[in-house]
Amino acid sequence: MARLNVLLLIVVIACALGVVTSQHKARKLFVELQKEKDRAQQMDVEWGQLQLEQGTLAMPARVEKLASRQLQMQMPQSGQIRYIRSASGVVAQP
Amino acid sequence: MNYATNTIQTSGQIALPAWRSRVLFVLLLAGLATLLLRGVYLQGIHNGFLQQKGDARYGRVVEIHAHRGMITDRDGEPLAVSTPVESVWASPGDVEVSSTQIAQLAQIVGLSAAEVKSKLTDTSREFVYLKRQLPPEQAAKVVKLAIPGVSLQREYRRYYPGGEVTSHLIGFTDVDDNGQEGIEFALQAQLGGKAGSQQVIKDRRGFIVEDVASLRAPKAGSNITLSIDSKIQSLAFREIKQAVERNKAKGGSIVVLDARTGEVLALANWPSYNSNNREKPNVSVLRNHAVTDQFEPGSTMKPFTIATALETGNIKPNTVINTAGGVFTVNGRTIHDTHPERSLTVAQVIQKSSNVGTAKIALSLPPETLWKGLNESGFGSLTGSEFPGEAPGKLRDFKTWRPIEQATMSYGNGISVNLLQLARAYTIFANSGELMPITMLKQDVPAVGVKVYSNATALAVRDMMETVVRPGGTAPLAQITGYRVAGKTGTAHKLENGKYINHYVASFVGMAPASNPRLIVAVMINDPGGRDYYGGLVAAPVFSTVMGASLRLLSVPNDAPLDNVMHPTTADLIGEEV
Repeated sequence: MARLNVLLLIVVIACALGVVTSQHKARKLFVELQKEKDRAQQMDVEWGQLQLEQGTLAMPARVEKLASRQLQMQMPQSGQIRYIRSASGVVAQP
Repeated sequence: MNYATNTIQTSGQIALPAWRSRVLFVLLLAGLATLLLRGVYLQGIHNGFLQQKGDARYGRVVEIHAHRGMITDRDGEPLAVSTPVESVWASPGDVEVSSTQIAQLAQIVGLSAAEVKSKLTDTSREFVYLKRQLPPEQAAKVVKLAIPGVSLQREYRRYYPGGEVTSHLIGFTDVDDNGQEGIEFALQAQLGGKAGSQQVIKDRRGFIVEDVASLRAPKAGSNITLSIDSKIQSLAFREIKQAVERNKAKGGSIVVLDARTGEVLALANWPSYNSNNREKPNVSVLRNHAVTDQFEPGSTMKPFTIATALETGNIKPNTVINTAGGVFTVNGRTIHDTHPERSLTVAQVIQKSSNVGTAKIALSLPPETLWKGLNESGFGSLTGSEFPGEAPGKLRDFKTWRPIEQATMSYGNGISVNLLQLARAYTIFANSGELMPITMLKQDVPAVGVKVYSNATALAVRDMMETVVRPGGTAPLAQITGYRVAGKTGTAHKLENGKYINHYVASFVGMAPASNPRLIVAVMINDPGGRDYYGGLVAAPVFSTVMGASLRLLSVPNDAPLDNVMHPTTADLIGEEV
């Protein structure tokens, strides 16, 4: 009887330690998961900002300004446009 | 001292009464019992309070932000994006700061050192914002200073890459991310997300260590794809801005529609504002004039009168109308033509924009027929664009019409419209008599229109409107090389206190290519202050530039010769005025 009790006591202590360890592991993993989630969110944020940046840089008004000021390009007047017809008679589209 | 003497001394006091030890024993027992009872009470019976206190130490409910949906144009270009920003706040009671740190902090948040200091030392408050919505890079600098009691709070801010180009269309949100104007307001229900909340356990350092329960799952707002084409939008904005400035006008609006589907491809006004700035201009600049303002359209209304008359069979395009030298009196009021003629065919009435001719045709119709024609063309009712604050326009009940009113209404006086409504009405002539629904959202299925006029009538009116841009019409400047154009000018006196004054609203609505219209462009210039005020001189060139460039952008095949074309001059132009 006493021997059984001692055995059970050892089992109980082992189980208790097991619970503590697994809880600790779970928390560690959870923290890691949280970190990854944060990273995902951070990347999401960065993606939004890059999209915004691209949108701002590619705004037609800005592109046009750069084309006209830096590259000295200009919109052709209707008289300056020459359309080229291909052999099949289809007008080449700009 | 040795044990012997000690024993002797104590043994001398042994003769104490036995009850003293018993009392002590009972007291100790009572103390133990009290502790036990208290223990049982706290642990077993009244445990809620302590549980709550314990939870408050480590349990937290955290809010999970739900993203506001993005607004993009039809090709997926972002027009409104939410990105996180940090707000810097402080709890003055906990702040420990040196004067150099104050100076550094002040520089980052863009306030004076004195202001920052007064905010940080105001211990009567527990929470004070130092700066709201700081870009992440700036916020990182604040973190580097590591001042106790100064922290960051994540917030979301809306950015509009288009700025003033799309401001009236998209609108803006307030500091709490709720839509206030334009699409942001109209589609708030779809765009706005629902924040979620979650119960978690945090450790001493504030890290979340365990996820207890999800109380409410966050629901992100949905992304919206508009029917807007940002290239056309930018073009339309630039041209309307230039036209308003060139003509010293009070303002101007432009609408570009897909003629087949009724999708709005561009909608712009000038003056405009930059929706990224927190400080907003006054209400008159905030207003989306193309939709919220109604104006008397003038001659752009004539095609609808003519179409209604053609539909009854009373007249044919080549019927000759006696325009009586450009003067016609109804109910004691005289109607004039700017370009008087003895007689004109119905087609010429449109080409030369004859008020007398239109009035005579209108008076040959019963009031109810004319009203029905105009009403079915969408005048006097909302377009269904869902734009906030859209003006429905005004079309009075035919029972109250007097003959003079019926006559003036036929050429667009005594009736008011908004520009979007007017542009939409022209879909009738672009779609063999069908009025298309207006939408701001990109459509994947073909639109279903409502038949208003017969195919033959719509084509006949479109043919007449083609003559408007030829020499001898009111708008040769609306011509586009390579494309046939059909359109109508309008030059209406403005109403002030119920009287017509010598200030004008110049407009042009047209479609191209006329053989199979793809686009409708409506231009309205409010009160041009320069020498010119005719719709054909002020609004038609804007139409021509925007329409021409848009057709080329969309690779629409040409339907007119490209070479050896005469370029129009203003000498060919016929004046008009109502």
